[in-house]
Amino acid sequence: MASISIDKVSKIYTGGVKAVNSVSIDIADGEFIVLVGPSGCGKSTLLRMVAGLETISEGEVSIGERIVNRMEPAERDIAMVFQNYALYPHMTVYQNLAYGLKNRGTPKAEIDARVAEAARMLEITQYLERKPRALSGGQRQRVAMGRAIVRKPAAFLFDEPLSNLDAKLRVSMRGEIKRLQRRLGTTSIYVTHDQLEAMTLADRLVVLNGGEIEQIGSPLEVYHTPASTFVASFIGSPAMNLVRAEVQGSKLAIGSGQLDLSTTAPSGIVTVGLRAEDLRLALAGETGLPFRLDYIEELGSQRLAHGFVGDQALTAAFPAETFLAENLCLVIDPARLHFFDATSGKRLALEGSRSPARSVASA
Amino acid sequence: MDTKKTTFNNRLLPYLLLAPQLFITLVFFIWPAAQAVKSSFEREDPFGLSTVFVGLLHYERLFDDPNYLDALSRTAVFAVSVTALSMLLGLAFAASVDRLVRSGKVYTTLLVWPYAVAPVVAGVLWWFLFNSSTGLMPFFLEKIGIHWDHDLNGTQAMILIIIAAAWKQVSYNFLFFLAGLQSVPQSLMEAAAIDGSGPVKRFWTISLPLLSPTTFFLFIINVNYTMFDTFPIVDATTVGGPAQATTTLVYKVYQDGYLGLNLGSSSAQSVLLMLIVMVLTFVQFRYVERRVQY
Amino acid sequence: MVENRPLLNILTHAFLLLGFAIVALPVYVAVIASTHDIATLMSGPVPLWPGSHFIENYTQILTSASAANGLPNYSHMALNSLIMALVITVGKIAISILSAFAIVYFRFPFRVLAFWIIFVTLMLPVEVRIMPTYKIVADLGLLNSWAGLTIPLIASATATFLFRQFFMTIPDEILEAARVDGAGPMKFFRDILLPLSRTNIGALSVILFIYGWVQYLWPLLVTTDPGYYTLMMGMKRMVTVQDGVIQWNLVMAGAVLAMLPPILIVIFMQRLFIRGLTETEK
Repeated sequence: MASISIDKVSKIYTGGVKAVNSVSIDIADGEFIVLVGPSGCGKSTLLRMVAGLETISEGEVSIGERIVNRMEPAERDIAMVFQNYALYPHMTVYQNLAYGLKNRGTPKAEIDARVAEAARMLEITQYLERKPRALSGGQRQRVAMGRAIVRKPAAFLFDEPLSNLDAKLRVSMRGEIKRLQRRLGTTSIYVTHDQLEAMTLADRLVVLNGGEIEQIGSPLEVYHTPASTFVASFIGSPAMNLVRAEVQGSKLAIGSGQLDLSTTAPSGIVTVGLRAEDLRLALAGETGLPFRLDYIEELGSQRLAHGFVGDQALTAAFPAETFLAENLCLVIDPARLHFFDATSGKRLALEGSRSPARSVASA
Repeated sequence: MDTKKTTFNNRLLPYLLLAPQLFITLVFFIWPAAQAVKSSFEREDPFGLSTVFVGLLHYERLFDDPNYLDALSRTAVFAVSVTALSMLLGLAFAASVDRLVRSGKVYTTLLVWPYAVAPVVAGVLWWFLFNSSTGLMPFFLEKIGIHWDHDLNGTQAMILIIIAAAWKQVSYNFLFFLAGLQSVPQSLMEAAAIDGSGPVKRFWTISLPLLSPTTFFLFIINVNYTMFDTFPIVDATTVGGPAQATTTLVYKVYQDGYLGLNLGSSSAQSVLLMLIVMVLTFVQFRYVERRVQY
Repeated sequence: MVENRPLLNILTHAFLLLGFAIVALPVYVAVIASTHDIATLMSGPVPLWPGSHFIENYTQILTSASAANGLPNYSHMALNSLIMALVITVGKIAISILSAFAIVYFRFPFRVLAFWIIFVTLMLPVEVRIMPTYKIVADLGLLNSWAGLTIPLIASATATFLFRQFFMTIPDEILEAARVDGAGPMKFFRDILLPLSRTNIGALSVILFIYGWVQYLWPLLVTTDPGYYTLMMGMKRMVTVQDGVIQWNLVMAGAVLAMLPPILIVIFMQRLFIRGLTETEK
């Protein structure tokens, strides 16, 4: 087990393209860190630099107390789970698990013991003599996990390990990965583009965009106080509504509607974020936002109403039984409004709205 | 030309891995080819003591030499005939086998093995079959009024080597056409069938047009085959005769160089052949989308 | 698909059977001729039914050196053919798979140049450089030697391309997993790449064995010592008879034996053969 320190790490490709730009993350021993972002945000590149599969252009990565920049992947004491599992197709499950140990000169008896233990943990004991092609996707996934576990490495690196599974299996494997990581207490870095997977797995989330960190924080911190419009629209489903609005003293004007703010704020144009589930129907006499309903998505537990406030699209979530008319009036608790700079998209700390626990300014 | 995303970073190892292949290529391919180019511009005195640069002399002589020009046109006739004959038969067999679901495999086995017969053996077999004193074919041909003697009749000798060369190549073309036909999506055939076209019509209107890349690829390969790989057929049977009637370009290089020791002329002929192969190879890789990409 | 075309089906079968008959004709005649004595063969067209000299002819060609022109006996030439075919097969596969490994899994200066040098071999068949290649082999003292007979033939662009093509289809992650598992380049080659290439090696072996077995021009150039004669050389010598009668019964027995091994390989390893043929292109 070990902590991992990523210090001002950049990846610059020939031609000058910066895939990762001066990223710093301190990962505590045993922590489960999820790197999340859209494709091309540099999350995989960052992970591969930690693994030693990409060279580090600038900065330093240390695992435990060792700087590993110039070490081969095998010397870094890490194990990796790949998106396509990368099981050796000509080897049995047993041989797949044992290969790394054999290369390290581990005694046969110990290899047997470790493979047996990992197989029991992952419930793949009965498949040990099978070739990977005779296994289902979920079973292959377990073997890939097993290959990481037997090594007892300082850190697990996961590169979108669940994205080749169907939706149902993905949910159950997600739980298993979490449980396993808890039980083993191994420091883990997990890359995904799926925000739900990120939220459910992470001790801390690292949201990446364009090779830079947008925000680091616990899932709830990131959810409740997104550091930028990018994070706000990326984390949470349905995505947070982001609308153009104007602060007029203690009033907030969105289109033709108005909301009361609990405090005064400097007047001007801002981007306001409203979570669909924070919106509710106005009671009789309450002032709020006039909402023109376009269509309804039935989720069973909820109804998602898609429509417009003025000319801006907005989505609101209501309890299943709610009756929704063609024209509605919506209100929101002012404390649940998120304010962002209209041009930079950075979160504005207004009184009466929460401020981000820790937002990282990109260098 | 790509490598893997991640590569090993050893410096010396890749050169060691490539060394055997590169060594053989340089010593036995590139160096001799360069020598051929060089000596095609030189004349050696009879004792091999000195050489003089003679420019394009050998080339000029070649194109003034009716023997060489004859060999050129003869080779063209040979190549086109063999290619046409073996491709047509290969296509006909492939189209037939493609129709048969259950017995197709059996017929495939019955038709592929001539590929494994050495050209020299193929030549000898057909030579024997057409042998004027003991052969079966002249006996039957005589009955319909054709006198067959490929030892005297140049045209008949040419027909003989065309048949022998085409016979050997049919199985190759058959396999490629069959693979091409079987990769035509079944849904296209089903759509055409529902549109009311019968099996013969489907072959002409769907399969054949979709086979055109295969056809073009095979055309190049077959021309290449007839020009270079049929040497043993000629050498074991007609030995280029009678009266040069079956002397192809490759056979002439061999005769003039290895047997006649006329180094300059033979080298110039080699260089011209190289140019032909280069064009064929270029066309093959440039216009035929096969699996090799750079 | 439901299709009732009995007439077309009958025609298809008839055409294929006729085709097979024509394709098989010369081989059938060869087999028949190899069972007759020379007197029968010389007295008119070849009979259509087997004769009674089968054992006699084959015994003579397998054991006696007197078949024609001081040739070694068939078994000796067959052994030479076998050695030549095997060395070429193993040699071509070995140097090609190593070259492809270098080109795909390493990045190094002159990589593209190396690739093009290998590519050039496609454009330089023996047939177009007969004299200078002969001269090199003679200068190196390799005439009448196994080395001279085989080494110049084992460079192979097509085999290198095939392996390169195949390596490119192996997911990058397999290499990455192996590196994380502590495998260096040669370990990766031996433990992962080689076993994964098994089918390709098999398919290629079939094609290359045939290629080596049927070699004609090259042995003709570099061997004059009958001790190195292969079956293909033997074929030629047996039919090149000055002022005499060609022993057709023995020639045909020799031809049958010379074509048997590769034909059997093609028939019994048909799947590998077809795969090898269609994937190596030529």
